[in-house]
Amino acid sequence: MNDISTLSVEEFGRRLRAREVTARQVTDACLARIDSDNARLNAFILVMADAARAQARAADEELAAGRDRGALHGVPVSIKDLIDVAGTPTTAASRVRAGHVASHDAPVVVALREAGAVIIGKTNLHEFAFGTTNEESAFGPARNPYDLTRSPGGSSGGSAASVAAGMALATIGTDTGGSIRIPAAACGIVGLKPRIGEVSTDGVVPLSRRLDHVGPLTRTVADAALLYRAICAGSKPRSPAPMPVTGLKLGVPRNYFLDVLDDEVRRCFEVAIDQLRSAGARVTDVTIRHAHLTAPTYLHLVLADAAALHADTLERVPELYTAPVRLRLEMGRYVMAEDYVRALEAREMLRREVDSALAVFDALVLPALPIPAPAIGVPSVHIGGVSEPVRNLMLRLTQLFNVTGHPAIAIPAGITSSGLPCSVQLVGGETEQLLPVAAACEAQMAGVPSPRSGGLAG
Amino acid sequence: MTIEDWLRGALADADRRNLPDLKPLLEALARSTKVLRDANLMGDLTGGARPGPGHPDE
Repeated sequence: MNDISTLSVEEFGRRLRAREVTARQVTDACLARIDSDNARLNAFILVMADAARAQARAADEELAAGRDRGALHGVPVSIKDLIDVAGTPTTAASRVRAGHVASHDAPVVVALREAGAVIIGKTNLHEFAFGTTNEESAFGPARNPYDLTRSPGGSSGGSAASVAAGMALATIGTDTGGSIRIPAAACGIVGLKPRIGEVSTDGVVPLSRRLDHVGPLTRTVADAALLYRAICAGSKPRSPAPMPVTGLKLGVPRNYFLDVLDDEVRRCFEVAIDQLRSAGARVTDVTIRHAHLTAPTYLHLVLADAAALHADTLERVPELYTAPVRLRLEMGRYVMAEDYVRALEAREMLRREVDSALAVFDALVLPALPIPAPAIGVPSVHIGGVSEPVRNLMLRLTQLFNVTGHPAIAIPAGITSSGLPCSVQLVGGETEQLLPVAAACEAQMAGVPSPRSGGLAG
Repeated sequence: MTIEDWLRGALADADRRNLPDLKPLLEALARSTKVLRDANLMGDLTGGARPGPGHPDE
């Protein structure tokens, strides 16, 4: 398995059914990558090697006996350690959760197991998913496979690193303000935040019940579709139907979203737009009139929701939180009720404005991250001659679609001169309509090379 | 309550709770709240404007 870092779920499925490879072989290859690289990447909090090998063996035996569970049969998948896997701790990367052991699988894990997936381990994250860099974790920071001095993004940073580095073929993350799309963008893979409510959040440690989403991070859009349909109640895993780029109507929301961008990220984005235009897409600008209210709306909602969820432990065991996460949670206790209601009003207005924009486009297209993966331990970066907090920047382009609930997907789209991935985000009305658009765009855009040629070389 | 009054009380409470590092975060929250309030989302009960798609002001 020399190509474990680039093997897609789809390709693995083809080889599995052609008897060219077994589930046990691909699981062993992922476990070997974990053995060789996890000390550097800190992507996994828990490696479930024995259980994964047993599941892989069972998958091979089932297939040999004629039972094929479908597209995820025998596929090694990692799970963000915010999601319950029966018999293992759900740490949320926090000392607050010490001693917890999940009694049941979360519904999303039940669905994966029924689809034949092999659960290979639990991945590192920003404590309680309340951050975008993965730096604040009781288990130490996860690192970016493209540059070990940099963040893999967050909060699903260990999840993204595990897929980019070949430690799993796919992973399940969560996204409250961008926590699937941000690390996917930082690690050069695909991250899908489905429409709000499509995938169960039961058995997932909540951050905000009105903003939390569960979704897949994968190497291709087709793989994201397979995972999405497996974890989405009532869906059967299958690839998106092919769709030509010619004639696709794509809207670029320039106001606010393209105002603050790293120069190289802007160059990669404009190249991607040129590639889509050259392939026949009709790309025009669109305005989200109140986009400037995105950050205040998101902030007031997430702070108050998270503070309410954590109020008891903030009183009882405040010292068990990392200091920055504790302070952000404390901040939420000061949000006034009248301002929370204003944020709810703003959310409805923003939802209507995004719906209006999507009425005339197949998808909105914008960058997923305004900066390349930031260096670990750096709280702010200079952009456009101004020093901006990394946290604010990393959330800037993703959080609107948590506020409005629209499905959004991050797709690799070129690299910077220092070898860091860039990403384009597509936003649609319905996930099933967005996926074929995303697959069509993916085929036209420059992807990113494997981190084996960069941060993980040698 | 005005944002200024709220912030004054919040900063004093952070001092009382011995959380000095919370104070810059509260100041940032106050700036964010000002943006939200300036949008006048709740309208004016005297019959004033309320923003949003379809409003005559647009």
